[in-house]
Amino acid sequence: MNKPIYFDYLATTPTDPRVVEKMTTCLSMEGNFGNPASRSHVFGWKAEEAVENARRQVANLINADSREIVWTSGATESDNLAIKGAAYFYKGKGRHILTSSIEHKAVLDSCRQLEREGYEVTYLEPTSEGLITCESVANSLRDDTILVSIMHANNEIGTVNDIAGIGEITRAAGVIFHVDAAQSAAKVPIDMDKMKVDLLSLSAHKMYGPKGIGALYVRRKPRVRLEAQMHGGGHERGMRSGTLATHQIVGMGEAAAIGMEEMESERDRVMALRERLWLGVKDLEAVQINGDLHQRLPGALNISFSFVEGESLIMSLKDLAISSGSACTSASLEPSYVLRALGLSDELAHSSLRFSIGRFTTKEDVDLAVEQLVHSVEKLRDLSPLWDMYKDGIDLDSVQWAAH
Amino acid sequence: MAYSDKVLDHYENPRNVGKMDVDKKNVGTGMVGAPACGDVMRLQIQVDDDGVIEDAKFKTYGCGSAIASSSLLTEWVKGKRLDEAEEIKNSQIAEELSLPPVKIHCSVLAEDAIKAAVADLRQKQGD
Repeated sequence: MNKPIYFDYLATTPTDPRVVEKMTTCLSMEGNFGNPASRSHVFGWKAEEAVENARRQVANLINADSREIVWTSGATESDNLAIKGAAYFYKGKGRHILTSSIEHKAVLDSCRQLEREGYEVTYLEPTSEGLITCESVANSLRDDTILVSIMHANNEIGTVNDIAGIGEITRAAGVIFHVDAAQSAAKVPIDMDKMKVDLLSLSAHKMYGPKGIGALYVRRKPRVRLEAQMHGGGHERGMRSGTLATHQIVGMGEAAAIGMEEMESERDRVMALRERLWLGVKDLEAVQINGDLHQRLPGALNISFSFVEGESLIMSLKDLAISSGSACTSASLEPSYVLRALGLSDELAHSSLRFSIGRFTTKEDVDLAVEQLVHSVEKLRDLSPLWDMYKDGIDLDSVQWAAH
Repeated sequence: MAYSDKVLDHYENPRNVGKMDVDKKNVGTGMVGAPACGDVMRLQIQVDDDGVIEDAKFKTYGCGSAIASSSLLTEWVKGKRLDEAEEIKNSQIAEELSLPPVKIHCSVLAEDAIKAAVADLRQKQGD
């Protein structure tokens, strides 16, 4: 067993060896290194063929037409292109955008930028289960709403929104619907034929492909228009210029193909491991899962361990690579905005950890994690004055804290 | 984030963890911080008849640096008179533990904790 054990698959995934193998054939003189845009020789033709094959593989994963796939550098760029591109193109129709407070920063910060440019943005709050409801979307649409951007799966708690349901509402209202599917693609089914989504962001490195490559699905029927954010040679039908990175694209295509092929079997296996992890720790007193239990990514588990601070818990779990639900490890000492949006107290948000399980996690890995978690939580609770007070029956909310 | 060896040592083997009887006349308790901020320290000191700190205990909810700061503090205050203990500065703790800038507040909290414990004891003893 290699230590530390990786439990952070929502942050990124290792590239699948089968993907790496395909990618290495697209780099050297002997390989498929040509510029896919070169029309005058076989090097270009071969590279273009590989890119178009990958485009079909990615399109297949979401049941779309390959002409609807635009390559980008990743989900952050896809989100920027979708949100700013649609907002600029449709600004004649209105300047109101609807999104949620628990979106990824790439969506939130794109919206903030548009606010600085005179657009109005409404940020929907999730339910205490971490879901954005169809009703809240329907109730917040306005006559001048041009774009709705709601994530498929949340990156901190792993909850999965009813994208199909929201799509019905936005389509009926004639509003463009963008979905950030970076976390959900290849983990839960996505069907562009059935879901009325107009723009969908994808990332390769969250599904066992390489970093630095992603895609934006742009619907053809009914046609969705975007204003390009990157200008140059007019690649990707003018929506995103820049020489196509054949090896990255081939890697994403292969990752999508494998993801589609193995989605069901992997879901069952990963879900069983997640359940095993939860069963191992749930008998500790005062622990809870954050986010809806059923509408959830197979491998995602965000747990609050009351009266234990998240950063010290991570420090004590040095054999496990996990992330804190709170942003405590960064320079900012603010707890997670996602957990707070769920209505968790700051204290509980500070006491939360995100475990994410994936393709290479084993039962032994999970068993070791459980053993160390139980040990660490008990040890830190022995050190915690809050645990003492809880045990003495003192209501922590009634205490006057000397905040600093 | 890389922790210094001293932080790791105090974190792995915290000194003087525990709880004293808050009601005892010769025990002073200082509880500082707030759960919402991510750290709470409870420091208790017990003095002998000459006013010298003969024992100290702590419990801390917080990051590794907060735990280490309070653990170190309990070692330092033992054997000191109250006015000496009050003199301990956060900068000394930060320096001893090589705390990075984002963790300086942990040492500030420790300084606040000993001051609060001493104040509590003085109040009890009617000074």
